[in-house]
Amino acid sequence: MHSTPTVSTKLQPPTRSHLARLEAESIFIMREVAAEFSNPVMLYSIGKDSSVMLHLAMKAFYPAKPPFPLLHVDTTWKFREMITFRDKTVSRLGLNLLVHINEEGTKRGINPFDSGSAIHTQVMKTEGLKQALDKYGFDAAFGGARRDEEKSRAKERIFSFRTASHAWDPKNQRPELWNLFNTRVHKGESIRVFPLSNWTELDIWQYILVERIPLVPLYFAAKRPVVERGGALIMRDDDRMKLAPGEHVRERLVRFRTLGCYPLTGAIESSAATLEDVVAEMLTARTSERQGRVIDQDESASMEKKKREGYF
Amino acid sequence: MSPGELKEYLAAQERKSFLRFLTCGSVDDGKSTLIGRLLYDTKLIFEDQLKTLEKDSKKHGTTGDDIDFALLLDGLESEREQGITIDVAYRFFSTSKRKFIVADTPGHEQYTRNMATGASTADLAVILVDARKGVLTQTRRHAFICSLLRIRHVILAINKIDLAHYSQDIFESIDHEFRDFADKLGFASIVSIPLSARFGDNVINQSLSMPWYSGPTLLAHLESIDVSTDLEAMSFRMPVQWVNRPNLDFRGFAGTIASGRIAPGDRVVVANSGRLSTVARIVTQNGDLREAGAGDAVTLTLDDEVDVSRGDMLAAAGERPDVSDQFAAHIIWMSEEELLPGRQYLIKIGARSVPATITELKHKIDVNSLEHFAAKTLQLNEVGYCNLSASVPIAFDRYASNRHTGSFIVIDRFTNGTVGAGMIEFGLRRATNVHWQALDINKQVRASQKGQKPVMLWFTGLSGSGKSTIANIVEKKLNLSGRHTYLLDGDNVRHGLNRDLGFTDADRVENIRRVAETAKLFVDAGLIVLVSFISPFRSERRTARELVQQGEFLEVYVDTPLEVCMSRDPKGLYKRAQAGEIKNFTGLDSPYEPPEAAEIHVNTVDLSPEAAADAIIEKLRAENLIA
Repeated sequence: MHSTPTVSTKLQPPTRSHLARLEAESIFIMREVAAEFSNPVMLYSIGKDSSVMLHLAMKAFYPAKPPFPLLHVDTTWKFREMITFRDKTVSRLGLNLLVHINEEGTKRGINPFDSGSAIHTQVMKTEGLKQALDKYGFDAAFGGARRDEEKSRAKERIFSFRTASHAWDPKNQRPELWNLFNTRVHKGESIRVFPLSNWTELDIWQYILVERIPLVPLYFAAKRPVVERGGALIMRDDDRMKLAPGEHVRERLVRFRTLGCYPLTGAIESSAATLEDVVAEMLTARTSERQGRVIDQDESASMEKKKREGYF
Repeated sequence: MSPGELKEYLAAQERKSFLRFLTCGSVDDGKSTLIGRLLYDTKLIFEDQLKTLEKDSKKHGTTGDDIDFALLLDGLESEREQGITIDVAYRFFSTSKRKFIVADTPGHEQYTRNMATGASTADLAVILVDARKGVLTQTRRHAFICSLLRIRHVILAINKIDLAHYSQDIFESIDHEFRDFADKLGFASIVSIPLSARFGDNVINQSLSMPWYSGPTLLAHLESIDVSTDLEAMSFRMPVQWVNRPNLDFRGFAGTIASGRIAPGDRVVVANSGRLSTVARIVTQNGDLREAGAGDAVTLTLDDEVDVSRGDMLAAAGERPDVSDQFAAHIIWMSEEELLPGRQYLIKIGARSVPATITELKHKIDVNSLEHFAAKTLQLNEVGYCNLSASVPIAFDRYASNRHTGSFIVIDRFTNGTVGAGMIEFGLRRATNVHWQALDINKQVRASQKGQKPVMLWFTGLSGSGKSTIANIVEKKLNLSGRHTYLLDGDNVRHGLNRDLGFTDADRVENIRRVAETAKLFVDAGLIVLVSFISPFRSERRTARELVQQGEFLEVYVDTPLEVCMSRDPKGLYKRAQAGEIKNFTGLDSPYEPPEAAEIHVNTVDLSPEAAADAIIEKLRAENLIA
């Protein structure tokens, strides 16, 4: 059995590296979506996971461009540097970007300070996302979520079915065997697709390092104006952030492990100014990356609840 | 960490080997606890996660003051409330030697399909057994499903040994019992380990309480076992996922290589058409490759303009896959709605989805004894061996030789749910040997001789709705005006062609299949065919519709409310059904699925049968089917 004469005599290549395997898996998923759905879209949130996802999409369809647009659901509270980076990236790659803002929410004056993080996220992010998906009639939407991020994500399929009202029913997921993804939906229903499901935070950073993927500078340490609030370091990105009595803006050497709305994203004190520094720091960290996110800490099951309501 | 150290660390990460495994076994055997323990002991739990876990353990935990590791994995609200695992969770951890993805799968029988989901991508199974309970039905079921999905290596984790006095006798008797059963399943290796997930004995550290055990700890075995199958040594296969055409000068075929290797200059065949070609380039964004192998996602260009589209398979010219529209396969059924032979489903194999029916259910398999039993249908979580017939020939290999090209999923055409998982055993040669005989006299010739357009008028509705009465009048009118017709009536056909069939769902599906095929022959003969059958299921009516060309099928929904049918009761059947003399009566204890978009909708409450017949004739005129 070991010496079949027909086996080719080509040189044995090195075993495929872990990152190469992950890359190939993600590319397979993206091609499957492009081939089977009539109107897919890629959610682009500008963070490191989105950057990796976009990089993979460029590879998956090369020499063609990815056959779908990008969608950014802008809550109007993203860091300014994120928006600059977003626009630069889209023009560098020559892609089609759709930006959606929940105008109803802005009219109602929803904001993270007065409305609270939960309402702000619900209205500007989740509702905004649903509006955009309905508006363009997308039947598939890529998201950059990973299974290692959070417990309910660890339970989610790679192709995750959503009802016409965008709800996720965790108790009734389609079985997902081998790499045979069921992409069939009725009109109005859709699938959220997670090509980075099997990547870990370390994989993401390592891939960014190997592939030299550009990132928003906020991931790297710099002197930034921050306020200490509720145990978190919040960067005052513009003067919409009012200071409470006793609060002071201080220039501190900080960086961000994840990016979101600036008032809801805690910075960490760090001097890691290069990609190598950041990875080295991550390797010695004793807290998970989502810890900096104010929105996840309300209760243990909060992510599942948000996802059932249509959050990514 | 210095730059040099970082570089060395990351290089070491890339050198690590990789293993995907699952944990399975019966409820409460401690699967989630075991993985939680592995994550905890390999220091992969962050401080903030640990804090949440401590908080959750107080609220939902079942381990007193200790940390309940299961809560690390049971991420869904209903799981935490009920203290059970419902769906598979994927976790990631690594040691200095290996990276792991572990699928924690549920133990309850009703969630077996989620267990199979986790098993389909795993190379090794950790089957847990509670030392106090020994081998249970679920242990056997999971071992069987693992073997069916071609997991070659098994670890029997005999857990909670602390509650069984760390007893060697208990360990050995469970080990023997399991091997007696598993010997028939053909695993390449079975290793039994006595352990306590809760206290960590033999998980990572050798237990001090079991000096009699000299085998490996769980982690040591997971780190060292060789599970590799040399996919690259196998024949080249690549299902084409997507045709890449950025401009007129480039035409590439994108896909992931399922097995084998490929290089420019290699001869390949398009499996279905048998057309040969030569690989010109292997295109990637990082430059062309000199060669690529199993697992690589690539884009191939070919030397000439052969016709290739999504769903085709490119294969080594000298080592071709089977191509057939008939094959035998094992199927795990995953839907609450039973499998019905004769019903048309979609199957997805590789990058291709095609309509297919299970033509014959040969037997189902008892998970306890592995014995074969005759069966008419498969229920949720049952495993059967069947013949399938696809609407077009497909390319495949035996699942036993290639997991990627021998597997398929079954999709319900109406709910779109994934209802089954299939593993191909072999192709049936029938398809290749029975060639279609081309005939000179065809449908058009026959129809034009009669001076008419052939059509199938499909009457559906409840028993007593008036289908046959109306169909009879329509046929009389057509006949009087010189049309050539034939009426197939449900009751009449059951006296002859279908007299062997009863009224179960499976038999109803077969009943309609035969009638639809007969009606198709009559359409081919150039006739106007009237079919009057209750035909309660949408699936089968759709199958009938798809047998003939577009425009040749008109669905007539005779929409008479159940109460009216019951009060008419022309044959006294409702009365007998209500008295319990007839089982599976449509509308009473068997469902009727009304048409969603029938071409003709008649209501016999407001319309007389005569007027309904006229409305149908009018529609035939409007559709230009009769002059």
